[in-house]
Amino acid sequence: MTQLALVIDLNVCVGCHACVTSCKEWNTSGTAGPLADMNPYGLDPTGTFFNRVQTFEVGQYPNTETVHFPKSCLHCEDPPCVPVCPTGASYKREEDGIVLVDSDKCIGCKYCSWACPYGARELDENQKIMKKCTLCVDRIYDESLPEAERKPACVNACPTNARLFGDVSDPDSEVSLAIRESGGYQLMPEWGTRPANHYLPRRKTRITIHADELVRADNPLKKERELPMPDAKDPTLDETTSW
Amino acid sequence: MHPAFSVIFLTTLIGAGQGLFLALYTAQVYAAFRLLPAQDPVGFYALGSLIALLLLIGGLAGSFLHLGRPERAWRSAAMWRTSWLSREVIALPACMGAVAAWGLVHYSGWNPPLFTLGESFGVDLSFLVGAIATVLCFALFLCTGMIYACIKFLQEWATPLTVINYVLFGGASGFMLATAFASWQGSGLVDFYGGWAILMTAIAFVTRSASLIRNARLKHKSTMQSAIGIRHARIEQKAQGAMAGSFNTREFFHGASPRKYRFVKWLFLVLVFPVPLLLVSAGLATQAFSLLLAAFLVQYLGLLAERWFFFAQANHPQNLYYQTV
Repeated sequence: MTQLALVIDLNVCVGCHACVTSCKEWNTSGTAGPLADMNPYGLDPTGTFFNRVQTFEVGQYPNTETVHFPKSCLHCEDPPCVPVCPTGASYKREEDGIVLVDSDKCIGCKYCSWACPYGARELDENQKIMKKCTLCVDRIYDESLPEAERKPACVNACPTNARLFGDVSDPDSEVSLAIRESGGYQLMPEWGTRPANHYLPRRKTRITIHADELVRADNPLKKERELPMPDAKDPTLDETTSW
Repeated sequence: MHPAFSVIFLTTLIGAGQGLFLALYTAQVYAAFRLLPAQDPVGFYALGSLIALLLLIGGLAGSFLHLGRPERAWRSAAMWRTSWLSREVIALPACMGAVAAWGLVHYSGWNPPLFTLGESFGVDLSFLVGAIATVLCFALFLCTGMIYACIKFLQEWATPLTVINYVLFGGASGFMLATAFASWQGSGLVDFYGGWAILMTAIAFVTRSASLIRNARLKHKSTMQSAIGIRHARIEQKAQGAMAGSFNTREFFHGASPRKYRFVKWLFLVLVFPVPLLLVSAGLATQAFSLLLAAFLVQYLGLLAERWFFFAQANHPQNLYYQTV
């Protein structure tokens, strides 16, 4: 079994929205038709996005941390949006675990969006069908692309490498290793949806240094002497100027 | 959740239609046991089932307005194994067909006796078709309620009270309409229907109050901490990734002021329960058709407000991600 997923490192994400724009750019030219933008130059521009970066402030001012939080479909291993779909347009692929919407079968009843606790699905205002992150299914298997580029557009775009992509069911993959060794976690575990996407937590990177650690108490190799040392027989400047 | 008027009309109209049919068939069953006088097949049963059918058709039309792609609606019967919505899509036309067939049997007068139960209880065609339609009516109530009750993280809905309330509100409004219909037809069933309408409205008051009390004490399982996975007591959203809203802000927030929200709650509590009870009691005492019709219409208006509140009260966990622009 394969379960492709993203692992997003909140310790590294700087909130630049490059994943948002590259996702929109790639997927608006996708097979399911453009991602609608309504009123793009007006007062209230809105549109369909598969991926958003949100910002949260944790703590009480002035002791706060700013957390940038990219949010897209989590490709749950037990996706609640799939069984509720009346037409079967919403489905989870057996071969790689990607949750997709068949744009030819969707009737736009929005019931799947009600059944997703994460708000990962959006109704396209032009086509009136549900759209969601496809994990760039039209890109990751495209053999006309160089192998290094066969990744979701958001992963390629991330300047800080905060987004990892791979098979979370393979224990030796880069993503599994990151989840295992860097405290990877799932969102809203209380609903039993078992999201495939994981997040890596913020980490404290401070170390404590005591004053005595700055000086070599024992210095047999004279590593910390000032160079060049004056010859012991030479008069010091003080001696030549003070008589 | 954002209350969609298409779904508000769908659920209230089909509820009243199902309730009216159940009222008509109840009278036929009572008459078969000679507990009530038999009614005129054409003027009472056939005409009454036509009204029920029109209500069901009105609800179906409302449901089409809810779809982004109504021309593909036929596909929605496919996933009945897993989806309550798909089951409703099957149950609604089946229920409509059975109600129409029952009305036609009465209208045409082609009502052959089929078999005899026990010593002398003869089952004719209309009795059998009506029984099938009754089962389908209850199946439809179950499907409609379960569409909402099955979403476990919409905790305001995820309770058996949701299904019970749908059945009782449908029954109450249907019997309320049947009371007015019987009065209009000059039938002797006005008191019979009126009594059931009062009883069902009273029980619905108990169960709806129970769900209001339950929801007021509800503790949501999802929190800001579980939503983004950061263990800190104080997390404040600073940006949601879009300045002017998105599908997530339009679909999952009712957008009404707290004042309007509270007003609708009290509006439905007044219009669904005490006012129709007073009107129908006065109507039964004076046998005035206008009062009985007013009782139904007021209760129906109240049910529109009730359904609006039902949607507005449901707090979707995704709203945790959309607290401030």
